[in-house]
Amino acid sequence: MSKWHFITDGFVKNNPTFVLVLGMCPTLATTTSALNGLEMGLATMFVLVLSNIVISLVAPMVPDKVRIPVYITVIATFVTVLQLLMQAFTPAAYETLGLFIPLIVVNCIVLGRAEGFANKHSVGESALDGIGVGLGFTASLTVIGIVREILGSGSLFGWKFLPGDGILAFVMAPGAFLVLGYLMVLFNKYLAKK
Amino acid sequence: MEYFLIIVSAIFVNNILLAQFLGICPFLGVSNKLSTATGMSGAVCFVITLATVVTYLLNRYLLVPFGLQFLQTISFILVIAALVQMVEIVLKKISPSLYQALGIFLPLITTNCAVLGVAITVVTKDFALGGAAPHMLNLGQATVYALATSLGYGLAMCLFAGLREHLAGCDVPKAFKGLPIALITVGIMAMAFLGFSGIV
Repeated sequence: MSKWHFITDGFVKNNPTFVLVLGMCPTLATTTSALNGLEMGLATMFVLVLSNIVISLVAPMVPDKVRIPVYITVIATFVTVLQLLMQAFTPAAYETLGLFIPLIVVNCIVLGRAEGFANKHSVGESALDGIGVGLGFTASLTVIGIVREILGSGSLFGWKFLPGDGILAFVMAPGAFLVLGYLMVLFNKYLAKK
Repeated sequence: MEYFLIIVSAIFVNNILLAQFLGICPFLGVSNKLSTATGMSGAVCFVITLATVVTYLLNRYLLVPFGLQFLQTISFILVIAALVQMVEIVLKKISPSLYQALGIFLPLITTNCAVLGVAITVVTKDFALGGAAPHMLNLGQATVYALATSLGYGLAMCLFAGLREHLAGCDVPKAFKGLPIALITVGIMAMAFLGFSGIV
């Protein structure tokens, strides 16, 4: 079980959203509901795991000077694969997440893990790291989505338990910043206690 | 009139940072000081406008005629990366003073999702302005849209940097220090910008 920590690290110690503060754009933009946050997290995880695997395989062959363009090309390829798959199998999710699917290319988490982890670890470890960080990202996005959906529309995963509209501001842009800010405060408190 | 609507909508109503959430990482990263914020805004403005024109032409005359739209993501990001590199080299040669001011920000811009975001938006989204039927932007409109969007980016960035300089001297609770309080401030700013919605 010595490799288990590659997965668990992504949740708390290296949490991409609350500790590393990477990939803020999709975090803020797509978490209008719990389901959207979950879908965005899983889409990012797909690209993260596959690009980590391929980059850890090609890294020894790539000259140092051109490594960033190579990594970006690998990542962009998997993003294109993801776009085509989503268009075919989950057109509704592709429609709601919109621009933020192609923008996974410039998500700093993916390039960050390629540069910071995958190019100096084995394929297996890189795959586990991709899964761990991907799950951490998915979990954070889902939590933000849950809070915003409860406050903003009085429902959870589409199941409505409060009558009326909720506080509209939480589904709109300002709510994203506020919820993320306050959740970060809670996370800091939790880390300080440990 | 249409150009005016594009400009107002891109700067205030659909502000790229506060309403569309593009380019948040550098926004939070370099907005500690007003001087770096202005430098970054200038560099972003330059690159977004240039990149949008180039990718628009690439899409119009290469990808669409050959039915290769699925290559948009990968070709745009490579064009942007190459362009940023080229801008850096050219700037270094012809205007060392401008290079001094913008130089350190240029490498950061390749992974600024605002650049790719605007480039993809202008070639995929239909715009409905002033009651006209939704249509794609032409080259002139796309350029104006890119320029106005990046001005909106600069506006939000400089406003926020000004606020943040004051925040640095405030006594905030420990758990709120740094990013959390910054995010809450942006939230309040975004709420203020919501007031513009509905004017276009």
